[in-house]
Amino acid sequence: MLVTLSTTHVPATDLGFLLHKNPARAQQVDVSTGTAHVFYPEADEHRCTAALLLEVDPIGLVRTARAGGDDGALAQYVNDRPYAASSLLAVALGKAFSSARRGVSKERPELVDVALPLEVHIPALSCRGGVEMAHRYFAPLGWRVDATAVPLDETLPDWGESRYVDLRLTGELRLADALNHLYVALPVLDDAKHYWIGTDEIEKLLRAGSGWLATHPERDLITRRYLGHRTALSRRAIERLAEVDDADPEALDDAIAPPLAAAGGPQIADGEDDSADRPVPLALQRHGAVLAALRSAGAQRVIDLGCGAGALLPALLAERAFTEILGVDVSARALEVAARRLRFDRLPERQRARIKLLQSGLTYTDARLRGYDAAVLMEVIEHLDLDRLPALEHAVFGAAAPATVVVTTPNSEYNVRFEGLPAGTFRHRDHRFEWTRAQFAAWAAAVGDRYGYTARLLGVGDDDPDVGTPTQMAVFTRATVTGVAA
Amino acid sequence: MITPTEERPTGEPRTVVVPDLCLVVLIGVSGSGKSTFARRHFRGTQVLSSDFCRGLVADDENDQSATPEAFALLHHIAGVRLRAGRLTVVDATNVKREDRASLVALAREHDVLPVAIVLDVPEGECLARNAARPDRDIAPGVIRRQRSDLRRGLRGLRREGFRKVHVLDGTAEIDRAVITYEKAYNDRREDTGPFDVVGDVHGCRAELEELLDELGYELRRDEHGRPVDAEHPAGRRAIFVGDLVDRGPDSPGVLRLVMGMVAAGHALCVPGNHENKLVRALRGRNVQITHGLERTLAQLEAEDDDFRRQVEEFCYGLVSHYVFDGGALVVAHAGLKESLQGRASARVRDFALYGETTGETDEFGLPVRYPWATEYRGRAMVLYGHTPVPTPEWINNTLCLDTGCVFGGRLTALRYPERELVSVAAKQTYYEPARPFLAEGEAAPLSEPRRRDDVLDVADVLGKRVVETRLSGRVTVREENAAAAIEVMSRFAVAPEQLLYLPPTMSPSATSTRPGLLEHPAEAFAYFRGEGVAEVVCQEKHMGSRAVAVVRRDGSGVLHTRTGRSFFGPELTAAFLGRLGTAAEKAGLFDEFDTDWLLLDAELLPWSVKAGDLIRSQYAAVGAAARTALPAAVAALEQAAARGLEIGEVLDRQRRRVADVEAFSQVYRRYCWPTDGLSGVAFAPFQLLASAGATYSDRPHAWHLAVADRLAEADPDLVRSTRSLTVDVTDPTSETAATAWWEEMTAVGGEGMVVKPAANLTRGRRGVVQPGLKVRGREYLRLIYGPDYTEPQHLERLRERSLGRKRGLALREYALGLEGLERLARGEPLWRVHECVFAVLALESEPVDPRL
Repeated sequence: MLVTLSTTHVPATDLGFLLHKNPARAQQVDVSTGTAHVFYPEADEHRCTAALLLEVDPIGLVRTARAGGDDGALAQYVNDRPYAASSLLAVALGKAFSSARRGVSKERPELVDVALPLEVHIPALSCRGGVEMAHRYFAPLGWRVDATAVPLDETLPDWGESRYVDLRLTGELRLADALNHLYVALPVLDDAKHYWIGTDEIEKLLRAGSGWLATHPERDLITRRYLGHRTALSRRAIERLAEVDDADPEALDDAIAPPLAAAGGPQIADGEDDSADRPVPLALQRHGAVLAALRSAGAQRVIDLGCGAGALLPALLAERAFTEILGVDVSARALEVAARRLRFDRLPERQRARIKLLQSGLTYTDARLRGYDAAVLMEVIEHLDLDRLPALEHAVFGAAAPATVVVTTPNSEYNVRFEGLPAGTFRHRDHRFEWTRAQFAAWAAAVGDRYGYTARLLGVGDDDPDVGTPTQMAVFTRATVTGVAA
Repeated sequence: MITPTEERPTGEPRTVVVPDLCLVVLIGVSGSGKSTFARRHFRGTQVLSSDFCRGLVADDENDQSATPEAFALLHHIAGVRLRAGRLTVVDATNVKREDRASLVALAREHDVLPVAIVLDVPEGECLARNAARPDRDIAPGVIRRQRSDLRRGLRGLRREGFRKVHVLDGTAEIDRAVITYEKAYNDRREDTGPFDVVGDVHGCRAELEELLDELGYELRRDEHGRPVDAEHPAGRRAIFVGDLVDRGPDSPGVLRLVMGMVAAGHALCVPGNHENKLVRALRGRNVQITHGLERTLAQLEAEDDDFRRQVEEFCYGLVSHYVFDGGALVVAHAGLKESLQGRASARVRDFALYGETTGETDEFGLPVRYPWATEYRGRAMVLYGHTPVPTPEWINNTLCLDTGCVFGGRLTALRYPERELVSVAAKQTYYEPARPFLAEGEAAPLSEPRRRDDVLDVADVLGKRVVETRLSGRVTVREENAAAAIEVMSRFAVAPEQLLYLPPTMSPSATSTRPGLLEHPAEAFAYFRGEGVAEVVCQEKHMGSRAVAVVRRDGSGVLHTRTGRSFFGPELTAAFLGRLGTAAEKAGLFDEFDTDWLLLDAELLPWSVKAGDLIRSQYAAVGAAARTALPAAVAALEQAAARGLEIGEVLDRQRRRVADVEAFSQVYRRYCWPTDGLSGVAFAPFQLLASAGATYSDRPHAWHLAVADRLAEADPDLVRSTRSLTVDVTDPTSETAATAWWEEMTAVGGEGMVVKPAANLTRGRRGVVQPGLKVRGREYLRLIYGPDYTEPQHLERLRERSLGRKRGLALREYALGLEGLERLARGEPLWRVHECVFAVLALESEPVDPRL
C-alpha cells in the first residue's frame, strides 16, 4: 500500500527536512505488521515527492490475528490489507513521520506553520461510501479532491466498482495538518470492522484532530467510525459455518442482526429500516398490544419465542403479573446479548428468579416449553421458510400447547405505505414471506382448526382504510375441553 | 472393624427370591448384620448404606445430625441407579414405617418392585455385636426401641407395598440364605420369534380365522367345529396385542381360539383395556356396561360357567407387556414408552392398557391421547393397537396394528422380524365408532396432528451428543458445536425431512516439500500406499460448489449446499430438478435401482452461482486493490531508482507481486461466468449416495462415475461428467502419468484433483482409510493462501500446517454421513437420520484451519 506526498514549494527539497527523512536515500521503518519504506521518487528544487510504501507480511498478519483472538477478516490470507490503504498504513505513517505530524522540524522550524502547496496520491484507498465519502471528508478541510472509483475487475465490467478509490488531493495546507488528516482518514474511510480500538484511541483521535475535527461537518461520523466497531462477542462458530459454505460471513451476521437491533432505541423491533417504517412507536405499539393480549388472557407464565436479544423481555419483566418468563431463541449469541442487556448479574434475586433464557429451535419440539400459560411469537414466523412452518406449528401449538399463543407478523398490504420500500420487496432481508391480511387469517384459521385453538385477529399500528395496519396480530386461545377424563 | 465370626452355613439353604430388577430394602436393627449380609450377597456397588452416606456428607458415619442429608443423598443415588435399570440394595435399619414408605415410593417412581428382606435377630445378639464394635456407641435403649418398631411393622409389609417380603428368622437362617434371581414376567428377551403380531380383534372371529389362515396357520377345531387352536407349520407364533373382546359378533369364539393357542404354546397375548374391564365385570365389580362390553357379556351368557371361569382366569393372568428378542421388540396393547419397558408397576400396566392421556376428553367424550410415539426414541420396536388407524404407519420404530376391523376396517398382523404387513378386510361394520372412523386418505383427527415421525425434538440434537456409527463407533459432538449448528439448521437449512445427507469435509494431501509447491500428488499416493491401498482413482475437481441433490421421479426433490441451504429459489430449483429427474429417467436409473428417488453427491458450477457475493467482496476486491496499488508502487520505485537511489530488492519484490496478483485474478475469473436461469449452470455428480432402500458406498468409484456419465449423456447441457484416471500406486510409471495429468490441469488454474481408493469404502490397518484426499493446484491455491503465497519466505511458513485434526474430522464426518444414509436405507425414523446429518453440521463448526 502506497501514499505519496508532493510539494512544489521552493525549494521543494525542504520537504525532506520537514519529514525528517533524507531525500537522498531510501529508508526503512519497522512496524508491527511489516516494513515501511520511505523514499523519494523525485526531489529537486521545484518538485519533491515523498513515498511511503508499507510492505505487509500477509502470513504474519493472519498468524498474529489468529493468536490474538477472533478476528474473522484478518484470519484470511486472501485479504486486501497488504494492498489497500487502511489503518495499517495510518500506523506506518504515524510512526515514519511522527515529528512532522506533531509540527516539529529542527532544520526548518519557520516552515512548520506555513501553508505549503501539497499533493497527496493514494492509488488504492479503502473507502466505504466511495468517491462521495472521500469528498465529504477532505473537501471541508481545504483540499481539492480528485477521486476515481476503482473498478472491481476491469475484465468483468458488469461487476461495477470496488470499494477502493484512487485519490488525489491538492491544496495549500500545513504539512502537519495534512498528515493528521490522512492519519485519521485512513481508518475512518476504511471503516473496517476489524480495526482494533485500544483504550488510548480517544486521546490519539483528539491529538490528531486538534484544530480541525471539532469544526468538521462530518465530525460525528468521523468520531463514530474511528472509535466504533469493536468486535463484540465471539462470532467464530457462525463465521466458520459461513466459511465452509463459501458464504459471506457478513451475510450470516446480518441475518442474525435484526433481532439484535430490536431492544430499546427508536428502531422498529425487527430492524426494518427507517425509510420503510416510521420509527416512532410501531415497535412499542406492538409490545403494548402483545402485553394487552397476555393480560386479557390472564397469563402468568409466559414464553417469548424467538426473543432475540430481548426486545420484549424487559416489558414482561416489568410486569409483576408475569411470575415466570422464559425467553427462547435459536441463537446462543442473541441470548448472550439479551442476558447482558437485562443485566442478569445485577438483577435482584427475586426478579432474576422470574426470568430464564433458553436456546432452542422452534422447528423442533422441546419438552422444556410445556406447561406455560402463554407463548408469544412476535415478528418471528416470517423468518421461517414456509415449508418449515408446519414444524413450528406442531412444536408450539401441538407440543408446547400453552393456553394462549400471540402471533404478530407484518401485513404486506401495508408495504405500499412505506416510502422507499420498492414494490414486491420485504421489509427485511431475512423475511421469507410477508402475508396479506387474508393470508394471515387463513393461516390462523387452519392452525386453530388443526390444533384446537380459536383465533382472534387484531391490527397493530394506524389503521389505513385501504391497506389496514402495518402489523397484524392473532391471539389464539386453546378450545376448552369438554371435561376431564374419568 | 470386627467381623462377626464367620460360621459356615449349615443345613438346607434358605432361598430368597428377588426379581432381576428391584429395590431391595434391608430391614433390621443396629447390629443385626445387615452390612455383612449385603456384602455377602450383593456386589459392593449395588449396596447403598446409610452409614456410608452419613460419612460422605458429614465425615462421620455416626453423626446422627447428618441423617436427613445422608438419606437425601441415598435416595438420589438409588434413583439414578434405578433409572438406569440397576438392582439396588438399601442398607439402613428401615425399622420405621415412614422410612420404608419413602423407599416404596422411590421404587414406584422408577417402576421397579420394592422387596423387603428382614433380618430378625434376637436383641441380645445385637447388643453383643454393637458392644464389640469400638466405633459404635449405641445405647441399649435404642436397640430395644428399634426392635419393637420392627416387630410392629412386620405384618404390614405387604400392605405397605412390598411385593416380596422375606423374613429371615435368627442368625442361623440368615446364614443359610441364598439369593436367587427371577426374571420379570414380561422378560422374554431370550425368545427371538419369528412372530406374527395381530392387532385388535374385538370379537371378529371370522376375520381372525381368515387372517391366521393367510398367515399360514393351520386351524384345529373342536367337535362343534369351533376353532380351538392354530399352529404354524414353521413354528411361528402369534402375539395378540389385546382387545380380543367386545363390540364384535363372537368374542367367546375369539377367546376360545386364542386361549387354546396360548395354552398350546402357539401364541402369546397381552391384555387390552377391554380384557381388563371384562375381568372386573366377570368378578361382579361395578363397571359401566358400555363400549361393546354389553355384547360380550350377552355372548358369554350362552357359554357354560366353566368357560366363563377360564376366560376370567385367562384375562386376569395376562402380563401387561412383553419384551422379546434381546430387547429389540416390545408388544403392549397401547404401546409403551422406553422408560417403562421391562418394568413393573401400576403405572406400567396403565400405560400398556390405556396409553398416555392428557387427562382431557375430546368433543366425543373420549380421552385425549398423548402422542407418545412421536416422541419415542427407544431402540426397541414397539407394536401395539388400541387406537384404530386407517392404515398402519411406522412412527419412530413403533407401529399401531389396530386397523379398526370391528368398525368395518381391516384386521392386520405384522410378521416379525420380516416387518411385513398382512391383513384381511372386515366382512361388515359390526359397530359404529364413537368418533368417526377414518376412511383411507382422510386427514388425521384433530387431537393427533402430524402423527408422522417427522417430528424432531431439540433433545435429538442439542447438548453433548454421542452418535453410534457402524463405521467408526461412537462419534462425539460437543455441546457448543451443536448450539452453533442448531441456528444454521433452523434458520437456513432446508427442512430436515428433505435434508438426508451433508457431505463430509475432505483433507488435503500431506504438505509437499517440493520447491514452489504446497501440495503434490506424490504425498496422496504415498498415503494410500502406506494404508495398503494399491489402486486409487484420481478425479478432477471442478471448483464449483459442493452440492447434494435429492431428485424424485416426479421432478420434485431438493438441491442444497454443504450446510444444507437451498441453492436456488423455488422456481429455479423446480426447473433444475425437473431437468435432472428427466435425465435420470432417460438414463434408466429409476428403473435400474428400483427407486423413486436418487441422492447424488456433486459439484455445481460455476462457483459464482453460490459464491458470487463472496467472490466479489473478497477475491475480486483484493485483486482490484492490488492491481491498482502495486503498479503505482512499482512506478514510484522505478522513478526513485532512476534517481540513483539504492532501492534494493523492494522493487523486484513489487514486480513479482504484480505478476502474482495477475495470476491470482486469472484463477478466480476462471470460475466465474454469467448464468441465466439454468443456462450456464452445470451439475457434475460423482457419487450416487443412496436410493430407496440402498446405499452404494461399497461400489467402486468407476461404477459411480459410470452412473454420472449416463446422466451426462442424457442431458449434456446440464450434467457434466468428471474426468478421472485410475492409478496403481505401486507402479511409478502409472504415478508419473497421473502427476503429469494433474500438472496439466492445474497449470492453467484448474482446482486440482481428489485421490480416492478405487474400491470406495476401504479399511486399512488403523480403521477406515480417508475416503479421499484433495491435491490442489499451485495456481488455484492462490485463492486459499493469498496471491503471493508462492514467495519462498511465505511458502516456508505455510508448510507448517498440521493435518491431524482435519483428517480426524474428515473421518468422523464420513462415518456420520454413511451412518445417516444406512439408517435412511433401513427405513429408520427421521430423528435417527437427522441425528447424523445434524452431527456433521455441528462438527463443521469445529475450529479447524479453514484453508485445509
